[in-house]
Amino acid sequence: MSTIVSEFTKGLWKEIPPFRLVLGLCPVLAVTTTMENGLGMGLSATFVLVCSNVLISALRKVIPDEVRVACYIVVIATFVVCVEMITKAYFFQLSESLGLFIPLIVVNCIILGRAEAFARKNGVVKSLADGLGMGLGFTLSLTVIGIVREVFGAGKLDLLFGDTVFIAEPFDFLQQAPGAFVVLGLMLAGMNILGRIID
Amino acid sequence: MDHYFELIIAAIFINNILLAKFLGCCPFLGVSKKMDTAVGMSAAVVFVLTLAGVITWVVSRYVLVPYNISYIRTLAFILVIATLVQFVELFLRKSIPVLYKSLGIFLPLITTNCAVLGTAIINIQEDYSLLETIVFSVASAVGFGLALVLFAGIRERFEITRIPKALEGTGIGLVTAGLMALSFFAFKGMV
Repeated sequence: MSTIVSEFTKGLWKEIPPFRLVLGLCPVLAVTTTMENGLGMGLSATFVLVCSNVLISALRKVIPDEVRVACYIVVIATFVVCVEMITKAYFFQLSESLGLFIPLIVVNCIILGRAEAFARKNGVVKSLADGLGMGLGFTLSLTVIGIVREVFGAGKLDLLFGDTVFIAEPFDFLQQAPGAFVVLGLMLAGMNILGRIID
Repeated sequence: MDHYFELIIAAIFINNILLAKFLGCCPFLGVSKKMDTAVGMSAAVVFVLTLAGVITWVVSRYVLVPYNISYIRTLAFILVIATLVQFVELFLRKSIPVLYKSLGIFLPLITTNCAVLGTAIINIQEDYSLLETIVFSVASAVGFGLALVLFAGIRERFEITRIPKALEGTGIGLVTAGLMALSFFAFKGMV
């Protein structure tokens, strides 16, 4: 039981993507202009990660070693197509603003990385915990970056149920492409300092 | 002719695939520590991205659209790209061993380079013709290579620079990339 809990919690702090595991940066940089987009992207990726982790771990004895990466890609792509259709049907606004980055979940290194590094060696329950932890960690990071960029870049925060809070004078740079790199770089540095203090 | 020129300039400088569209960030940070690996990766990307652009365009136009199965585009494209990369690897090893030696280790990595899948999907979304697809793919790949090689050049200097402890590694890389993106931003008014 304790191993399952620790598999889950490691994704939330010790190996939190994308800060500790510097993988899958493209969506992190591209869609985090607002909190809502960050959260939506994070949850979509979490869904794919959990499903693919569970299925790959269930099939781990069936998948031949030589073609395993191709098999993983097929499994992941199938779930991504599901997410594409679900967001188009029920969250149209979100699917418009995430655009290209929903199909690109297929090539998100975190998902393939967890399949290769974890799900193929561990049981279904453990893989579920791992996927859930990593996914929620990823969602958390994206949401926080989204909040930072929205609050300081646009000077407001759109709460999920329609209210908008105006907070600061907008600093447009953070909403644009160069700002994304700088915000992530500085947050990474912040995480390093925080990590050193806690350890 | 003007139209194609605009397409090229826009893809290389204004909407640079890496710095403005954020496609292919993993190799951007992963293989930019040394100049020669950066050049090798860029060459491999130019090669595969162009081929993949053309083949996925054909697949989409003559298979997915006529049979009305465009909804599996993502799945079909990633399979095509994965197969293509494998095939290119085999072909190069047999026929052009010199090129294979220099590109070899980068080829498998390209399957999960989102620049390749991203450009393929953009080609379809923008409804480009075959010629436009070729031009756009080549220009995007050149833009990727340009950003990667420039970044590797800057990054080599980090070795002899004192960097704040917390920013070491990826942190300073991202901030540098941000400043590079800012300078590419200056091209915005060109077209």
